[in-house]
This record gives sequence, C-alpha cells and structure tokens, in this order.
Amino acid sequence: MIVAIGSGLIVLIGYFFPLPAIMAIRTPMLDWAVTVAGVASLVAILHLIFGVHFKRLREPGAKRFFSIVVILAFLAVVITGLYFGPDNSEYQKVVTAVQVPIETSLMALLAVTLSYSALSLLRRQRNWLGLVFFVSVVVYLVINSGVLAFSADIPVLQDLLSGFHQLPAAGARGILLGVALGSLATGIRILIGTDRPYSG
Amino acid sequence: MPVFYRLLNGGEKYLNDIESLIGFAVVVLFAGLMILFSSKKIRVKFPPTFRNLSGVNRIRHAIGLAVEDGTRLHVSLGSGSLIDPSNPSGLVGLSTLNRFGQLTSTSDLPPLCTSGNGGFHLLSQDVLSQNAVETNTRDMLDPNLAQMSGTTPFSYAVGVMDAVDGSGTSASVMIGNFGPEAGLICEGTKNIHAYSLASSDSIIGQSVFLALSDDTLIGEELYALPAYLGYHAVHQASLRVQDSARLVIVLLLVAGAAMKLAGLL
Repeated sequence: MIVAIGSGLIVLIGYFFPLPAIMAIRTPMLDWAVTVAGVASLVAILHLIFGVHFKRLREPGAKRFFSIVVILAFLAVVITGLYFGPDNSEYQKVVTAVQVPIETSLMALLAVTLSYSALSLLRRQRNWLGLVFFVSVVVYLVINSGVLAFSADIPVLQDLLSGFHQLPAAGARGILLGVALGSLATGIRILIGTDRPYSG
Repeated sequence: MPVFYRLLNGGEKYLNDIESLIGFAVVVLFAGLMILFSSKKIRVKFPPTFRNLSGVNRIRHAIGLAVEDGTRLHVSLGSGSLIDPSNPSGLVGLSTLNRFGQLTSTSDLPPLCTSGNGGFHLLSQDVLSQNAVETNTRDMLDPNLAQMSGTTPFSYAVGVMDAVDGSGTSASVMIGNFGPEAGLICEGTKNIHAYSLASSDSIIGQSVFLALSDDTLIGEELYALPAYLGYHAVHQASLRVQDSARLVIVLLLVAGAAMKLAGLL
C-alpha cells in the first residue's frame, strides 16, 4: 500500500509541479510503468494459452478443438515472429492478412446484432428512455444521411439542424462531466489508501 | 498540460502557475472532504439517501439467486489499459468484483472475471485470491477464474463469450472501458440466458449497452455501483463529494453563461 500511495503521489505532484527533483523520479517511474504493463500483458497471454486453453485440452467437449486451434495459431505466430522478427514486412503482411478479415467479420456481426437490437429495443425497454433513444437514433440517422442536404438554402431549417447537431455534444458533455468526477474520486480513493484493488 | 517554465509569455507562465495550484487544491479538497464524509459521526448524523436504480436492485436480486441456486456471477472489466486515463472505470470493476466475492462467499461457484488488459488480469487474480483467503476457501480457488480473454477489443469480446459459455453464469456485470465490441458480449450473455448489467465510461459503449443489455448504468452511475452494494463507507462519501462538486460546477457554468450574456466576460 505504501508503494502504491507513494508512487501515485509522486506522479501526481510531478504533474502539477514539474520541479527538476520530482521529474527526475517521476519520468523513470512512468517509463517503468509502461514496461511493467507490457510484461503484465505477456504474463496474461501466457496464462490464457498455457492455463486456460491447455486445461481445456484435458476436458471433453467441442471447446477442446477450438483450444487446439488457438494454441497452434499462437505457437505459429510466436515462433515465426521470433525467427523473422516482428519488424519483418512479410511477417506483418501475413499476420495482418489473417487478423483484418477476422476482425472485419466480427464488426459485420456486430452491425447485424446492433441493427436487430435497435428494432427490438422498444419491446425490451418499455419506458421513456427507450423511446427517446429510439427516436433520437432515427432522427440522427436521417440528419446525417445527407437526405436533408437541401436545407442549406432554407435559413430556418438550417438553424434548426445546426441546433440538432449540437445536442449530442451537449448531452455527451454532461455525461462526461459525471464520468470525470467519478474518475477523480476513484483515483483519490486509491491515493489515500481507502480503496485497494490489490492485496497488501 | 500546464508548463511551469514556459518562457514565451511571462503572463502565461503566471497563469499556468495558478492553474497548477488550483488543480492541486481541488485534489486536496476532494480528498479531505472524502475523509470527512466517511467519518462515522457524519454518516450517522447525515445518513446517505440513494436514488433508486433499477439495475442495482436487479443485480442485488441476482446475487441472492446466485447464492441460492449455486450459479456464478461474471464481472467483465473491459479492454481499457491500466496505464490509460480510462482505467478508473476498470478499478471500479475490481471493487465490484471484490464485493461480489464477499457477497457470494457462501455460494458453490466463486465469481468469474474477464478483462482485456494484462494489468487488470493480474489485479483481478489478486482480488479473487484475496477473497479466497478472507473466506477460507483457498482450496477451491481456480486461477483460471480470472483471465485476459483477448488482446484486441474484438478478440476480447469473443473471448468473453467463450468464457461465460458453460461456466454456470447466471448474471453478468460489465463495468469498465468498453467500445462497440460490447455488443458481442451482451449477445453472448443473452445466449446463456443470464441477466446483464452494464456500464462504460465511453459514450459509444453506453449507447451499445442501452440497446443490448438488460440494464445500463449511465455516466457517473458506474462509479456509484460499489456504494450501492454497500462496500465501504468511503464509497458513499465519495458519492457525496461528487454530487457536491457537480453542483458547484453547474453553478459556475450557469454563472459563466450569465456573465457572458451580460457582456461581463
């Protein structure tokens, strides 16, 4: 806890008062944090492959096949990456050629899911919030589709549409204000040691 | 970022010094008020009153059902990074996970936690391990209950769908930094007929959750979840401080707009 609070205070004070003495400690600490985050990602990936998926190999069921595919794909990428180097252009082309279509397919699946959910929204969210959300989705789809491009010649309509364009930003600002205050409170709770999402 | 030693303009340097002092003073004031409001005297004299949130009521109900019928709760922390400005939402998710672990300590199945970042993965493992020590169930602890299910947002979402499938999950709480990939996670939760309560600090994530999840927490309600679950007194105190700060900011905004209209600014 002392380490967490101490390092948090150094980074915070260094942000507000970037004195040379504090920056001499703060800058290396931030560099270490980036390095530790990278190592944590590596540990997490190894746990996913050799912990979760390897365990599934011993369990019967359809998931065992997909775990085999994941493990083999991981080993293939890691071994070829170590051999050719991650900067190798051909290696990057092959990995990208596999990854991009997969992620694009998932995005397409997401688009279908969201479209279906938008249609069934009023059935599930039977309250004013659901109705307002649905109406606003339809209104802004129409506004941003270009159908109302002729409004540039009509002053009243143009003013009305420019007002509509500013509404989402105003609403988002209100929400983000609350999010900012919540983030500040969460950070301060950890800095003063009252909230500890870590043991010790 | 305020530049303390900017030499371009002496006035600008002075203003940046003032900004730094004000910012630091706000942080110190925030912390002081949080400590003050979390004192027992203040809590007894001015007990907190919570606005009714239907999602929180249903998740409390889901926690009780999970304990009774021996099913599992799932917490998903999102794909935000621990070193990003979006990490507070994930930290709130960790507090929620800790509270779930305490509330379901008598259940057969401890909570499952998925994340899209290595840092949050390690922290969630730590939280579950600490829960097991506190509830004397260390023998039943499965390290695979906390997993990083993917490194990119979409792979993380698909990994979550895979993780909850067949895990005995009856309720899923998604609280953290989520983008549009959250739609796939909600769909995965629907496929296993589990209840979903979701919140994100991202506007896009909130929109997706509003369309797809059973219940959604909008904006600052995300940060109120630990307080609603009765976690620590400091969570309730921080809600009070947030509400006070919001009121002050609103008054300043209105005053600024009025002064601008009057030509004073």
